[in-house]
Amino acid sequence: MREVAVIAVAQTPSVRRERTRNEVEMLMPVLAEALRRSGLRREEIGFTVSGSCDYLAGQPFSFVSALDAVGAWPPITESHVEMDGAFALYEAWIKLQTGEVDSALVYAFGKSSMGDLPEVLGYQLDPYVLAPLGVDAVSLAALQARAWLEATGRSERDLARVAVRSRRDALENPNAQLKGTFELEKLLAEPYLVAPLRKHDCPPISDGAAAVVLAGDEVARRVCRRPAWIRGIDQRIEPHAPGVRDLARSPSSELAGRNAGARHGRIDVAELHAPFTHQEWILREALGLGEEVTVNPSGGALAANPMMVAGLLRIGEAAQRVMDGRARRALAHATAGPCLQQNLVCVLEA
Amino acid sequence: MGRPCAVIGVGQTKHDAKRIDVSMPGLLREAALRALEDAGLGFGDVDAVVIGKAPDMFEGVVMPEIYLADALGAAGKPMLRVHTAGSVGGSTAVVAAQLVQSGVFERVLTVAFEKQSESNAMWALTLKIPFQQSVVAGAGGYFAPLIRAYMRRSGAPEDTGIRVALKDRLNALKNPYAHLHFPGISFEQVASSPMLWDPIRFLETCPSSDGACALVLASEDAARGAPGPAAWVHATAMKSEPTMFAGRDQVNPRAGRDCARELYRKAGIGDPRRELDAAEVYVPFSWFEPMWLENLGFAPEGSGWKLVYDGATSLEGDIPWNASGGVLSSNPIGASGMLRFAEAALQVRGRAGEHQVPGARKALGHAYGGGSQFFAMWIVGAEKP
Amino acid sequence: MSEPVKSIVTPVRLDYVYTAGVASTRFLQGLAQGRILGQRCPVTGKVYVPPRGSSPTHGVPTEEEVEVSDKGTVTTYCIVRIPSENLSVKPPFVCAHILLDGADIPFFALIQGCPFDQVRMGMRVRAVWAPKEELAPTFESIRWFEPIDEPDAAYESYAEHL
Repeated sequence: MREVAVIAVAQTPSVRRERTRNEVEMLMPVLAEALRRSGLRREEIGFTVSGSCDYLAGQPFSFVSALDAVGAWPPITESHVEMDGAFALYEAWIKLQTGEVDSALVYAFGKSSMGDLPEVLGYQLDPYVLAPLGVDAVSLAALQARAWLEATGRSERDLARVAVRSRRDALENPNAQLKGTFELEKLLAEPYLVAPLRKHDCPPISDGAAAVVLAGDEVARRVCRRPAWIRGIDQRIEPHAPGVRDLARSPSSELAGRNAGARHGRIDVAELHAPFTHQEWILREALGLGEEVTVNPSGGALAANPMMVAGLLRIGEAAQRVMDGRARRALAHATAGPCLQQNLVCVLEA
Repeated sequence: MGRPCAVIGVGQTKHDAKRIDVSMPGLLREAALRALEDAGLGFGDVDAVVIGKAPDMFEGVVMPEIYLADALGAAGKPMLRVHTAGSVGGSTAVVAAQLVQSGVFERVLTVAFEKQSESNAMWALTLKIPFQQSVVAGAGGYFAPLIRAYMRRSGAPEDTGIRVALKDRLNALKNPYAHLHFPGISFEQVASSPMLWDPIRFLETCPSSDGACALVLASEDAARGAPGPAAWVHATAMKSEPTMFAGRDQVNPRAGRDCARELYRKAGIGDPRRELDAAEVYVPFSWFEPMWLENLGFAPEGSGWKLVYDGATSLEGDIPWNASGGVLSSNPIGASGMLRFAEAALQVRGRAGEHQVPGARKALGHAYGGGSQFFAMWIVGAEKP
Repeated sequence: MSEPVKSIVTPVRLDYVYTAGVASTRFLQGLAQGRILGQRCPVTGKVYVPPRGSSPTHGVPTEEEVEVSDKGTVTTYCIVRIPSENLSVKPPFVCAHILLDGADIPFFALIQGCPFDQVRMGMRVRAVWAPKEELAPTFESIRWFEPIDEPDAAYESYAEHL
């Protein structure tokens, strides 16, 4: 395996609704900042790949106009996945492994505020037998939360604690959207949104964009003082129908974690893409992360959840900690599909 | 570059206006099962799955790969879904090949599809988006002015497009999977078909099709066990340029030229016309053949139409283009690019049936998309590079 | 009764709120005033109409606003013979690329006001605006373009835009 590292990260602050700028205008400063931090010039980037979703943007081919933010001239080697940017990063890592390129610019953008996000995500479901039931993403998550509570004997208080911690930690993150000191008892007194989930158990709706620069060993060592080396990266998908899965566990995260070498050493910090509080618990267990591991110091998806970006942000946040010297070994996780159907795990090391 | 990668299985569906006989998973599995059978493998032997398709509005399912994971036996495996507009079928094959070339995976199943009859492709393509100009004339209306520009620049005779359409439609008669079959098609029939977007006539235009294409890609080790001949990937390349900028040449886009040049360099090809035996090129409107002949270096700029006139690109010519009938005969948008890549592989494996180019050893697969701005290409050969 | 279900129809309705973006907002506000506004790329000096907020070749913001003429040259065109859902104009109608005087990329628009077979490359045209009271921040403020009484532009003057 060729050594590949994250050498730069940039992001917009996540906001409830980006009213003024369109996707191109949001992306331009993020891409410029990522390149500036990387120490590489635009022309030196070997491969560019992005993640975004047409149904989020309410128009087909929505990623095409985003290319105007990149400055794709002379023509560049470029690709796109209709997935979270974390999976675009996976594609970039694979390309670097072939030896064809020595650096890659990965970016993602999403304006979840444009449509009714839980409804839009409901259309990810089997169009013949599931989608027509009208079940939305929050309801499905609630189904999973119920399954987890029953399987583990844990409580809604355990869920609320995750919410409190995440939003409190987010106070340190200038890019986080939902932050503050919330009182556990007050939260538990709130009505259910979709039982057993309350509003605080759910992620905010966010608009945002992010970019990450990857480089192969030679380039990384040349331009970056402290690259965050990708020691392992893997992603796995589970069957789709919620009815055939054990929603209380995440076997694909476990598998991806194992393949990425998550347990090969002590993890200092983990950034887990858990939009719902119960999912953090499920992922901790799947990835073998004990209480001593700091989880989501950025606040995680509970503090900022720009769709198609949130997974990439986990990798970015984890990598930034390694690059800053605040962590020696970090784990990043990204998810896609209903109830953690698809999962990516990335292990980063100084 | 990277580890060797071979195509050991190819499968495609019968392409048609509406495949109402199968569901979406059924459509994909038709292609996937054929490819797996061709490779002598089952779903369980596959290490990773890559899906490619165009905008999700064509089927009305958001990120359908999430739902289709089950149908393709992807549970427990990595999965990617590529979307690069019209070139997606090609770029999907490139991404799948990279999974093998990276050394990380041994056997990759890749499927590209479109079941655009489920939703409404015309609606999706002309969706009225607030604050943006209305698309009033569809893809044809977008490309017709470029074709007119080519005609002006090159001085090509007006019936060049008709000749290309006739050739591709005659070829399609030898391809049982093709959507459009016009037995007894003639020059006069094409010439007298209704003009849609002057200068593009109805029979010079691609259809809207449901269809899927699948490939099984394998490492050198895994290819050893394959029952049939392998098509070795000699090179892949992808290039993109912005949709519109001052001085942009949309008729002979630089991204296409750069992509081809990089591809030939990697594959050690100096003269594509002489050194390639066949080409499957994304020609959705007949006039794109002479334009792409120039863009891909088969003819000097301004002379692409001469190869058409000479019959060089017909099945009997020295460099048959689109022996399968091409995009003019079948156009499931997400799959069309992969079909070009797949047909190129079939040629060098000697498995193209009635539309086989005799003795083909090296072939080009090409796909493009967007405003002639996204290009994905590969060269496959009977010999390991 | 025992007929297998062959298909189902599942209507989907999704509502979206779109943002024009800073550049498009300026452009559309200009149209509401009967003006065509573009933006200049700071690196190449080229004027983009409609402006995108970024220079596509360099990925940098295009902040300098430039007003361009509503007269221009047809660089290329096609005659559409099939009806369009988005348009009330009946076929055959002409879609053209028009290089407005002062702009560096062509503007896509309809041509009316002359027999469609008289449209030609190099033809000089001017925008036909909606009546003053109907001007609004929308592309529909320009109804179409029609020929004006000026000699055709020389091929060389627009050849690079083909």
